[in-house]
Formats: sequence, C-alpha cells, structure tokens
Amino acid sequence: MNKQKKTIDVDYIAGLAKLEIDESKKSRFQEEMQNIVDYVDLLSELNVENIIPTAHAAQMKNVWREDVSENDFSREVMLKNAPELFDEGTIKVPQVLPGEGTA
Amino acid sequence: MKYDVVIGLEVHVQIKTESKMFCSCPNRYGEEPNTLTCPVCMGYPGAMPVPNRKAIEKAVIAGLMCGCSISEYSKFDRKSYFYPDMAKNYQISQYDLPFCLEGNIKVEGKGFSGKKIQIKNIGITRIHLEEDAAKSNHYAACSGVDYNKAGIPLLEIVSEPDIASADEAYAYLTNLKEIMQYGNISSCDMEKGQMRCDVNISLKPKGRKEFGTKIELKNMNSFRAVHRAVEYEIDRQAEALDEGVTLRQETRGWNDERGETYLMRSKESAHDYRYFPEPDLMPVVFTKNDIDNFKADIPELPKAKRERFISQFNVTEYDAKVLTAEKAVADYFEKGAEHTKSPKLLANWMITDLLKEISDSGLNINEIRVTPENLAEMIEMINKKTISGKIGKTVLSEMFKTGNKPSVIVKEKGLIQDTDESSIEKYVDKAIEDNPSQAEQYRSGKKNVLQYFVGQVMKQSRGKANPQIAIKLLKEKLG
Amino acid sequence: MSSNITYKSLTQLADLLENKETTSEEICSEYFDRIEKVEPQINAFIKLDTEDITKKAEESDSRRKAGRQLSRYDGIPISIKDIYNVKGQSCNCASKILAPYTAIYDATVIKKIKEKGFIPFGRNNMDEFAMGSSCENSSYQTTSNPWDLRRVPGGSSGGSAAAVSAGEVPASLGTDTGGSVRQPAAFCGIVGLKPSYGKVSRYGIVAFASSLDQAGPLSRNVLDSAVLLDTISGLDKMDTTTVRDKRDDSHESIVRKSNENLDGFKIGVCHKYLEMDGLSESIKENYMYSIEQMRELGAEIIDISFPYTKYAIAAYYIIATAEASANLARFDGIRYGSRIKDYKDLNELYLKTRGRKLGDEVKRRILLGTFVLSSGYYDAYYLRAQKVRTLISDSFRETFQKCDVFLSPTTPTPAFKIGEVSSPVEMYMADVFTNFVNLAGICGINIPSGLTKDDNLPVGLQILGPHLGEDKILKAAKVFEDNREIKEFIPDL
Ligand SMILES: [Mg+2]
Ligand SMILES: [Zn+2]
Repeated sequence: MNKQKKTIDVDYIAGLAKLEIDESKKSRFQEEMQNIVDYVDLLSELNVENIIPTAHAAQMKNVWREDVSENDFSREVMLKNAPELFDEGTIKVPQVLPGEGTA
Repeated sequence: MKYDVVIGLEVHVQIKTESKMFCSCPNRYGEEPNTLTCPVCMGYPGAMPVPNRKAIEKAVIAGLMCGCSISEYSKFDRKSYFYPDMAKNYQISQYDLPFCLEGNIKVEGKGFSGKKIQIKNIGITRIHLEEDAAKSNHYAACSGVDYNKAGIPLLEIVSEPDIASADEAYAYLTNLKEIMQYGNISSCDMEKGQMRCDVNISLKPKGRKEFGTKIELKNMNSFRAVHRAVEYEIDRQAEALDEGVTLRQETRGWNDERGETYLMRSKESAHDYRYFPEPDLMPVVFTKNDIDNFKADIPELPKAKRERFISQFNVTEYDAKVLTAEKAVADYFEKGAEHTKSPKLLANWMITDLLKEISDSGLNINEIRVTPENLAEMIEMINKKTISGKIGKTVLSEMFKTGNKPSVIVKEKGLIQDTDESSIEKYVDKAIEDNPSQAEQYRSGKKNVLQYFVGQVMKQSRGKANPQIAIKLLKEKLG
Repeated sequence: MSSNITYKSLTQLADLLENKETTSEEICSEYFDRIEKVEPQINAFIKLDTEDITKKAEESDSRRKAGRQLSRYDGIPISIKDIYNVKGQSCNCASKILAPYTAIYDATVIKKIKEKGFIPFGRNNMDEFAMGSSCENSSYQTTSNPWDLRRVPGGSSGGSAAAVSAGEVPASLGTDTGGSVRQPAAFCGIVGLKPSYGKVSRYGIVAFASSLDQAGPLSRNVLDSAVLLDTISGLDKMDTTTVRDKRDDSHESIVRKSNENLDGFKIGVCHKYLEMDGLSESIKENYMYSIEQMRELGAEIIDISFPYTKYAIAAYYIIATAEASANLARFDGIRYGSRIKDYKDLNELYLKTRGRKLGDEVKRRILLGTFVLSSGYYDAYYLRAQKVRTLISDSFRETFQKCDVFLSPTTPTPAFKIGEVSSPVEMYMADVFTNFVNLAGICGINIPSGLTKDDNLPVGLQILGPHLGEDKILKAAKVFEDNREIKEFIPDL
C-alpha cells in the first residue's frame, strides 16, 4: 500500500484551470481541496495491478459518420450569443500574438 | 563545422475532405469569417463530436505511405489548454495510441542549395489525427477569431531528430508533400495553411552524445523559408557556442523579409496538457484484414512511378521526373499515352509546350481545355506526318484556346502537311532563285545556310511543306 | 386546488385529451394556476414563458381538433431541467456564466419530445452545472422540498423533482450523472429513472461528465417514466455513445402488462448495507420492509455482497471531475455567455470571468478534476479510478448473473435541511448508493417506498438492473408500486 500523503497546490491548479480564487477564500479552498484529495486517496488501498482501465460505460468501437457536408447554421445565429464582436464577422478577444496558440 | 546539427520536424497537414473532422461543416478555404461553423466546431454547450470516417482512412493511408505501422487499437484524447482558437479549450487529438507509428521517409537527390544529398532514411516517430484550430486575425488593439478553420482534420507528423542539415530538411519536406499529394491526403498549399512546419533544432560538438539546447522555430510559410531559417539558426547557434554563450530553450519566429529568426518567447514552465481519453468518442479498432485492405488502396508513390515511366514508356529520367512532379501531370501523361504509339514524343510535347502554356496561363492542368486524348491525337498526326512539328505548335495553341480537336483545327485552318514532291519543288526552286548569294555560300561550303533555305520554303508554303522532303530537294538542287 | 388536472399522470391526461374532457390550453392554464399558488414557496422554476407555452397549447389543440395530433400525448406539458438546449430558450445551467445565453438548437431529447407533441414547460432549477445533491448550488434560487419547505429537494435535478412533487407539472426531464435524478426523486417522493448509459442521446445536454451523464424522466408513477423513456431513447447519429436497443415491446406496454406479481423474479439485496455508517434508521427500516414486500410478491431474495461501495464515491469524484474540468473549460466568456468587463489581457479575461461567474462547488470540482489529470498525478488518481471502475463494472456483471434486479436504498438519509450539510465531502456521501450505478453504466430507478414516522418525509427504494435491463427494473418497480402500502405520495401544500 502506498500511503504517501499528496498535497494539492491550489494556486498552481487554479492557474491551469483559469480560475481566479478570491484572496479571502484562498485558505478555506486550500483546506477543503486537501480534504477532498485526502478522501479520494482512499483508492490507494485497493490493489489494481493488471486491471484494464475503463474509459467508457458502453463498449463500442468505430462509430463514425460518412464524409458529407452540410451547413445548417448561419453566421448570424452562430454569433448572436457572442459577448463582443469585431467588424460583425469575428469574435473579439484581447490581442493575441501571431504564432501563439494551437495545433 | 565543429558541430553536429540535430533537427526534428513537426509537420501539420490539413486533410482534404468534404466536411470537418467532427462535424458536417464544409472543409473549405477562403469563405467569409465564421460562415462555416456550427455548435460542434464552435464548442457550444451540449454539442458533441462525431468523427469523419474518410479523415480516419486518409490518416491511415498517409501512415502506410510513410512506412508506418498502423495501430490495431487507437483512440482520441483531449488535450487541454486555454486559447481562443480552441473553441472547447481542449483539442481532440491522440496521445498514447495514435493511428500510425514508426515510419520513415527516404531523402536523396539534390537539396535546395544544389548540393547532392546522401541517401538517408529520416525516421517518423508518429502520425496522429487531430482537429485544426481557429484563425486569429490581428488588429491594432484586439484580435478577431474566425472559426471556419476550426475542426478541419489535421495530421501531425513528427519526425525523429534524424535531420542534419537545411538541405535534408528541405528534401524531407518535399518528399512528404509529394506523398501527401500523391495519396490525395492533402493539397499541401502552404499559403492556405494546408501544410505547416515547426522545426526543433540544436547543435552539439561533433561526436558528442547528449543533445544541445533545443530551439523551436515557427512561422515559416514556405519550404524555402524553412531552409533559410535553419541555415540562419545553425550559424547563429554555432556563433553563440563559439563564443561560449549558453543557449536557452526558446521559441523563435522567422522574419522572411529580414532573413532572420527572432525570439518569440523563452521557454515557459512546461505545458501541463492533462491528456485523458475523449469520453465522447469510442476507440477505433482495425483488424489485420482492415489494414491489408488499406494497403491495397495506397496509390503508387512518385519514385515507383518514375521508374515505371522510364521502363514502360521509354522516356528519359529527366522526363520521368518532370512528369511525376505533380500527380495530376502524371495522370494526364498516362491517359494520353494510352492513345498514342509515341509516348516519348508525347512526353516531349508535354514538357516543352503544354506545361509552358499552362504556366503562362496560370491555370492548373485539371483546368485546361486540351484533353489528353486530343493531345495524343495531335501526336499521332505528327507521327504520321499529317502535320509538321512546327504546325503542331500552332495547333496546340489553338487547342489551348478553343478546346477543339486537332483534326478539326487542322481542317478548318488548312494546315495539313504538304508531302507532294512536285509542289514542294516549286517552293524550293523559288527559294534558290530568290537568294542567289546564300546559294553561293552553300556551294562554297557553308552548309548551315541550308537551315535558312528550309525556313524560306516553310515561309512560302505557310508551314505546310514537309521539312524532310524540302531538305532532300534543297540538297539535291544546291548540289 | 383544481383536482381535475393537478396530480394527474401523463397517461391520465392523455385519456382526458382523447375523450375531449379537456384541452391542452386548459391543462397548461391549470398548471399556471397551481404554480402561481405554490411556486413562491417551492422555487422550482428559473423561467416560465407562459405566453409561449399557451401558444404551443393552442397549436396542439387545433392539431387535435383537425385529427392531426402528433401522438396521444400531444399538448401535455413537461418541465425541463435548465441543462437542456431548447432552441430559442435560455439555458443557464443555473450558472451566472451562461447568463445571457440562448440555445440555438434543440437537444435530441427535446426534438424527440416535441415530435410527440409534448410541450417544453419552463426551466427547472438545479445545482449549477448539475454539481450538487441539494439544489443549494444554484446561483439563482434555493428550491424547497414540497414535503417540508425547510428541507432540500435533493439534486442536482431538484427543481424538476420539486415541481413534479408539488403538482406544478405532471413530469419533468432531468439528468443523472451520479444520482441527480434518483436522489431528488427519493427526497420528493416521486419516480426517477436513470437509463443505461447510451440509451438516451446526450446531444444538446450541457455535459458535466460525459462518460456518466444520462437524461432521465421524473414522474408521478412508473408508467409515466416508461412513456417518457420510450419517447427519448434511441440511437442518435449526433451522439456516438448511443446504443441500438432492439426490443419488440415498448417500455410502456411492458409496464402496462406488469400488473401481477414477481413470481420467478430473482432480486438481489445487500444486508451489509444495514450495518453501514451514516445510514439513518428510517432508511434501514424501509429497506427491510421493501425487501419483505418483494418477497411477499413472489420474488426470490438473494443476498449479495458488494465490496466496492465506499470506493465508488472516490472513483466517481475523480472521474466525474476530471471529465468536468475539460467539459467546463469552454465556459470562458469568449464565444457566448458572460464576459467580465474589466480585463487587461486574455489571461485576465479567463481568470476573472471564470473566477467570478462560477460558483464555489463548480470551482472545487474543476480544481479536483484538473488536479487528478495534472502532470505527476494522473496515474495515482485518474488511471487508478478508471481501474476501480473496471472492478465495479465487473462486480455488477457478476451480480446480474445471480439476480434480475438489485435493491438498495436510494439515499442514506431522507431529505436534509437547507444549509445543514456544509462540508463538501459530507455532501458527496448523499450519493453513496447512486454513484456506482453511473460508473457501471447500468440502469436504475427510484420508487417511493414509504414515509418516515417522525417527519413524514418520503423514502425511496432504488431498483437496479443490468445494462439495457430497463424492462426488468420497470416491471419490478411497477409491481412494487401497485402493492405498496401508501398508494399516492402527495405532500401537504
Ligand atoms: Mg498538434
Ligand atoms: Zn461545425
């Protein structure tokens, strides 16, 4: 049994999850989170060697669609929930740098 | 140089499909911003992904063409990080079980610099399938996000750090592009962002085992730019190491105008992407039989095609190379070759005339009005001496303009070659009569004046006289 | 109180409509009256667009007049948990971060109920993003339990359960990720069904934990749940996790035929549960009573030990929060929903929008989920939890080789008082009997089984069946319902 106490660094995790935690609530959060982590650490009691993990509650494979295109949504509909638009055509965000970002 | 160069490439290639990876929005370039979007690709609450079977098949075929082994069990994973170009703030990608593993691409021939490259296998670590991100437009005080591109199926092809020079990087990319185009995986138009490349590059003292500090290069929009950026970076890093400067891990951009790399960001704390299996998608399982079926679908690779063209059609190595550089051109040639007994002549006409017309017109070969069948018909006419090669050029231009059959053009314009000796004789006599001084020169030994007379005969016959007969008669008459 | 409509079941309303004894408009307006009367105490609805509903009712009535009704149920209202996308309606998930947000498409389930003519009837309160077991985590209002206004209705589908229990609506659609249909149904004395994973499309339901979420009906009786299950279930090309469920008979007809006894039925029970810490006396008594009831109805009772109950909660909270941490990342103030005004850069926009607009319980769960997936902790928590999930699924597979259905209490206690449970971990224990059902992907139903002696609070019995074993649990529940001591569970309001 591996009963090493694990601590959660709420500041680091909140940064990853992009959650600002109110200064006044920080210590309470840290304590609550630690309690929860201690609780779920219960699992370390179980021997799970050689057990295949389950990711899905249903066992299926190769579920896909054929490559057919259709476009049911107008731009107007797709953008009407946007908090801020630029030039009515793109979603306005604070400046991001060329080359940053994804993929 | 006293350093070994270690380069690994990470190439992203958009897969050519009708629809996006996980929704039915069209996979198209160049539309008005955010017109190709739906709840799925804009990450709306409650929307769910459904994978595109064609994209998965193309990913597998791409892997097979790069010599990869195909996983019998693959799955999709979520890769988390916040950025406006990722609608869900996670990207559906593949982590530990991608579709394709452990392939390689052989590079050879000449590099971009013109230097010969030693034949070498560049290892491919993995190829996985993921969704493309949205496009950010940059304005003075803000950015604007366009999700048309979000969710386009994207291959990520990761090489081993086997590349040792800018030329090898260039050759690797050229070969990779050729494969992707031949396999109909992607159009690989870098200007449209269909192919993108990141470079990891480090230098180490010759012979040393441990790698040096890795620098990542981004924002290069052509293979030429990759070549230049790598050359620049090798010099920059070598200079720094010479001076005893310690390099730091960082990401650098490429400024094409100034021809130099610049610091984009120093290595931030390691990314914590929190990959986990995508619960909205079921695993993809292929049997050995499925994989064999995919293998049967692999199109012929350029190298094999070149070799076949040489043996089957008797064209030169140079011809074969030009004809196979683009799959569409190779297909055109093969189609035409079915309709002529002289594929070599067809090859010549395609390379010297047709491709020139095409490049002058700015069209691509699929858009021209000259069909391979019609071009072959014209080749046959030349072969049978119905028209001369010179007339052929006129006919081809006309075919290019009108799309008419060569027989129709020749008939309408009265371009049929004259092979009647008595009528050609009249032109020959007239030419000699009109040019006594040139005739004298010929007789005194300046044999190349013959070409001049041939020209005169052709001029008088308006190109219709058979040049061989004209030459024969000229020689006889000039003595 | 107009007795004509309130507390009628779906099938009774359908009969009234068919016999021209009432109209959709009359039904809806009677529910409006009932809501006007009791809603100030209950607070089950976040939104109710009476004008729009009346219009839909009129349309239904004219369809029926012309003989073009979409089904027997055309014109009957169903309230909807605030987590479903209903085109043109707000869908806030009881969160400030989705205010404002107007759905631009219908969830598959909504499409299906509309195809039968059911009228989506208001938005029910819930725990924010379905995270909670009491409805106290709503950022809009606190819903009260109709049986005791000082108590919680359960959660997260607490608004749905309270609305049905208070007679504000005949049935409601909720969602169940770890007990969110069954537990509030138990607290409010109504029927709540969690279908097998994959039976009902999740498309258009705001995701909490994708591998656990299922839509489920809350209704007055077992037959109504079967009717709604028939309506909403089925393979959906928009949700690749849905399964094809081949059956000859509709669930409705199976339930209609289940009016005799349980002869030949094997029912698994777990006597060990009676020794469990934190299980209240009234629950223990009722569990024993229900087992006896089943035995008297002809079932063979088989004792089964289920070793993973206490680990299930830990595994559940790891898996559910890990998935939630990614599912809720999209609520960032960029494409829809709320965006704070005072940001100086992108990072601040994210941090402040999410920090200020998400409630504490949602934050706690996102933090836990982010933590268990983060570098260095994945194997110890997330991967281990997935393996424990395998153990739990396997043990249920074995269980259902021994019995047709399995009985447990639905909750360890009856409804607790508002504000009574303050520690998160203690609150998680409210789902001790329901979490593992979602982990295993099997089906379960809560059927009201009694009232506590002291407080007159409903107690529920949970009947579990194997994956796609809905016909079995519906049959057992129906026979139990027909034969239990208390015929109808109607609170004094
Ligand atoms: Mg990538
Ligand atoms: Zn889309």
